[in-house]
Amino acid sequence: MEFKDYYEIMGVPRDATDAQIKQAYRKLARKFHPDVSREKDAEERFKELGEAYEVLRHPDKRAAYDTLGKGPPPGEQWRPPPNPDAGFEFGGAGAGGYSEFFDSLFGGSARPRGRPRGDAPGEDHHAKVVLDLDASLHGGTRSFTLRVPQVDDAGRVHLKERTLSVQIPKGILAGQHIRLAGQGSPSDSTDGSGKAGDLFIEVEFEPHAHYRVDGRDLYLTLPVAPWEAALGAQVETPTPTGRVDLKIPAGSHAGTKLRLKGRGIPAGTAGDLYVSLDIALPPVDDADDRAAYLAFAKALPFNPRAHLGV
Amino acid sequence: MTVTTTTDFLADVVEQRHDLTIRDLSRMCTADTEHIVALVEEGILHAKRGPLGEWHFSGDSLGRALLALRLQRDLEINLAGVALAVELLEECSQLRRALHRGAGR
Repeated sequence: MEFKDYYEIMGVPRDATDAQIKQAYRKLARKFHPDVSREKDAEERFKELGEAYEVLRHPDKRAAYDTLGKGPPPGEQWRPPPNPDAGFEFGGAGAGGYSEFFDSLFGGSARPRGRPRGDAPGEDHHAKVVLDLDASLHGGTRSFTLRVPQVDDAGRVHLKERTLSVQIPKGILAGQHIRLAGQGSPSDSTDGSGKAGDLFIEVEFEPHAHYRVDGRDLYLTLPVAPWEAALGAQVETPTPTGRVDLKIPAGSHAGTKLRLKGRGIPAGTAGDLYVSLDIALPPVDDADDRAAYLAFAKALPFNPRAHLGV
Repeated sequence: MTVTTTTDFLADVVEQRHDLTIRDLSRMCTADTEHIVALVEEGILHAKRGPLGEWHFSGDSLGRALLALRLQRDLEINLAGVALAVELLEECSQLRRALHRGAGR
């Protein structure tokens, strides 16, 4: 099991005061909060930070943690002390989603009050999943594995995994929520009168090979040959609903944008597909290719840098 | 311990609804109705009044409410700060998208 150095995670010395710990938390929370952060691994680091703060902000937990010292020497595995519950009892909610290290010290204790959030009867649950864009473009079934903190009869918190198979509605957009009725917390079994909570899944898309997504619109970079751009042409372009003939206007240049109305994400009001042209140059593989380019250069004297005065 | 449920659930999309009540939002966000009221009063959520004077929220309110509650809880900022943060985050997001579109390649 991995030892967690909470002082290092928070960037504070071992004799830091409560005020220093709080200040460190505030500063790092703003830096790594997933809704706000631009750092990669922000979610991971924010969770780690939350766990460290949960221990160091409470004098009793901090004292318990301090008895462990600085962790094992390099190369040695850390082992939890025998009977970690002995002498430590912590009330209040928390845990669920904390590391194995945390649970080995604090998770095993009985919880006289409070539960992990999301475990009250009939409560709604939330999850976030990353989908492939095709699921929205064409609809379809996708499977997700979710991890849910559950409290057992002894008050211990476990992470239970469950796999759901969900029919993804066609045209769903990033940031929207799918509601699965009755898949949240089960209702209170003692009175049986309550309804089970719902499960809300927030959707995010993984990057697509061709399209960039912006709301319900899609963006595609389409390479064209120099003569196709200069003289105009009819070219095939991929769209979510199949290949389409696209008219490239004469006099197009790099960055020319063409709009295909209604060919974006098939939401209620379908978005548009914006095709942005990129001029691709034929490769020079042999002497003939070279000769062709030289002939081209000779036939069309042209200074692309004239506007820079050179 | 893994539990597998292979029933195909037909899912509905919250954002396509326009008739969420304050009780719906309160339950979905695991927050008191008073808290939702506070979000409306701060201008973070927008409500329309129904025929009996009751509030109706569009489905977009869910994401916004959840974001506001997370910021308030995790960063320990007051609602006025949260309102500003939500607006700035939205603006950043729009700017980033415009930048991304313009970059093109």
